[in-house]
Amino acid sequence: MASVASSTTAPGFREKARRWAAGFRERETWAAYAFLAPWLIGFVIFTAIPMGWSAWLSLTDYSVIQDAKYVGLDNYRFMLDDPKVRLALTNNLTFAMFSVPGVLIVALGLAMILNRVKWGGGFFRTVFYLPNITPPVAVAILYLLLFNGSVGVVNRGLELIHVPGPFWTTDPTWIKPGLALMNVWSVGGTMVIFLAALKSVPPHLYEAAAIDGASAWRRFRDITLPMISPAIFFNLIIQTIYAFTLFAEAYTAFFGAGTKSNQTEAALFYGIYIFQEAFVNFRMGYASALAWLLFVIIMVITAVQVKVGNRFVFYEGDRR
Amino acid sequence: MSSRWKRSGVLLTVAGLCVVIWASFAAAQADVKAGPNAGATLKIMGFGPGDEIANIRASEAEAALGGAAVSNPRGGFSDQTFLAALAAKDVPDLVYMDRQKVASYAARGALVPLGNCIKQQSIDTSQYRLAALNEVRYKGQTYAIPEFTNPRTIIVNDKVAADAGVTVAAFNTNDWAALRATNKKVLKTDGGKVTRIGFDPKIPEFFPMWAKANGVNLLSADGLKAHLNDPKSVAALTYAYSLIQDHGGWGPFKSFRDTWDFFGAGNQVAKNQIGAWPMESFYYNVLAQNSPQVNITALPFKNRKGGPITLITGNGWAIPKGAKNPGLACRWIKAVTAPASWVKAAKARFDAQKRLNRPFTGVYTANKAADTKIYEDIYQKMGRADFDNAVSLLVSINRYGFTLPASPGGAEFNTAMQDAINRVLAGTQSPKAALDQAQKEAQAAIDRNKR
Repeated sequence: MASVASSTTAPGFREKARRWAAGFRERETWAAYAFLAPWLIGFVIFTAIPMGWSAWLSLTDYSVIQDAKYVGLDNYRFMLDDPKVRLALTNNLTFAMFSVPGVLIVALGLAMILNRVKWGGGFFRTVFYLPNITPPVAVAILYLLLFNGSVGVVNRGLELIHVPGPFWTTDPTWIKPGLALMNVWSVGGTMVIFLAALKSVPPHLYEAAAIDGASAWRRFRDITLPMISPAIFFNLIIQTIYAFTLFAEAYTAFFGAGTKSNQTEAALFYGIYIFQEAFVNFRMGYASALAWLLFVIIMVITAVQVKVGNRFVFYEGDRR
Repeated sequence: MSSRWKRSGVLLTVAGLCVVIWASFAAAQADVKAGPNAGATLKIMGFGPGDEIANIRASEAEAALGGAAVSNPRGGFSDQTFLAALAAKDVPDLVYMDRQKVASYAARGALVPLGNCIKQQSIDTSQYRLAALNEVRYKGQTYAIPEFTNPRTIIVNDKVAADAGVTVAAFNTNDWAALRATNKKVLKTDGGKVTRIGFDPKIPEFFPMWAKANGVNLLSADGLKAHLNDPKSVAALTYAYSLIQDHGGWGPFKSFRDTWDFFGAGNQVAKNQIGAWPMESFYYNVLAQNSPQVNITALPFKNRKGGPITLITGNGWAIPKGAKNPGLACRWIKAVTAPASWVKAAKARFDAQKRLNRPFTGVYTANKAADTKIYEDIYQKMGRADFDNAVSLLVSINRYGFTLPASPGGAEFNTAMQDAINRVLAGTQSPKAALDQAQKEAQAAIDRNKR
């Protein structure tokens, strides 16, 4: 028994490293790394080195124009007292609370409809996906037009059902819900992932449930949701990250050139604040520290999601 | 034909093509201008090809470069592009930037003082307007040469005034109580939505003018002390905001204003969507080009004592530190802002407008000598009293111009001021609280950036 137990013990770091090094005796290992090389080189040059450089800059007062001077953790300390950091993070969090569930629900709904469509599915898939390839700048301009409080299509639609529409683009209370609604317009990518997941659910599961008398809701709750839970989980993480890195649409609509009177703190998202500090106020060191804080926040949120998600996500073939 | 002959034919054809291509390149090389600076290239950032006023002056300046080529890519000045160029040590020779940014860059050593340039090229700085020069002077040194002034005046829509039963003179910023009463008379709302604006105070953009009208400079003359929360600043913001509140608040006001075709034939004046508002001088040209039939009156923006004031600002030419051809840049600066260049460009616009039977609304520069020559030698009344009177006012108003002085924290000062006003407009803070916060932010930035 003891020998069996020892043979199943996970290898230590040294053993792992030895096995990894031993792999290079095989020609296939070299071939594999040769194929991986373009990505690895790209990752090192365009991601790893800039991240390391940014970590260093976050400890300096670098302004691009002047030489960097080491300031220790001053930038991080300054962040604690900076009200705009709290404001921007709150804006992102609020946007995420509206946007993430909105996108997931609408995308799943559309995917379920398309999954049932017998003909013309390809056409509608294309139509629903088209907004995804619309440039964010165009989306922002459309947002300002559609959500205009006086003549916007959205409020005109609400008027038809006798609901007075808010001033979406000027009222601080409605700016983030409006942007989240606009974001729902671009659910095509998420929808395609859900559709692929729905198509991979074995039909015999539904047939068996139907024979057992399960209602449509039960089939959705007990078969569809568990079977597509990896896709839901993946989209949840991607959408959350997107919500915390929102930039182009909000910047164009509220902070772009010639829009001084559009600028509102209700739309000051964290990415925009980083940009302002780096390129308007020349505080590249502080902006780097802000970027690292965002990185840590996203990592923590993702880690929590993974931890919690593991209890709900069903992986086919998983032997847990 | 034998295969040998075929091969020879192909070879000859290829050789012929090579000769043609080589000859084309040689011709292109030969196209390089002759002159003492032939072979050099002046790299400009932020100017790009523009309208006839820009292009004609650019041609004049290029002619002064002694045969050097000019690289002038499309697009305006962008902090991001400029900072990237500085970081990459690929510095342009010349930048055309907002004068409000000059001190911020100068304080960080990104621009070179133009003292030597001014001396070597014998540039007569007395010909430039003092207010515009003060905007680009930091710690006693001049860091840029100013271009336009864009003086602000009030544009009154005569038709709307008549329709509302008010006189044009009632849009007088000298008497705040009377102006507010006029505003209320002229504005129109329908079911909570604005359908006509009475008087647009144009805040946050023109807030420095409202503060100045109430007797306070938002920045000290040396640019080191902010006065954003001075009681007079707070009173000015409270008043300007009240003009918007009369329309039902910022939401209805702004969302209505966002629907305008500002640069088109169906602009807010042509469509009678506004009574009056303060505006930069370029907008008279927009009206002349797109809706010359409108009836307007130009009025000076007056302070509370009754004297005219105008906020002037615009772009300027500066030489970055590390520029490879500062001598060429300096020649360009002198030529592009010289009275002769301005006059030639103004003449081209005048002729074009005359051909199209449209009013010529003048060109307003930071060069006093150029303005005088344009008005005296080029300008002719075109029989459109509205625009002719506007030109007379714009020519005379420049002398009452003021500007926000150069400040090492200029960019942050502007951000703090705009954020404060936008918080007031959004209804999240009172004018006093907003300006108190802005004062702290702006002063901290100035203190941090001064060397």
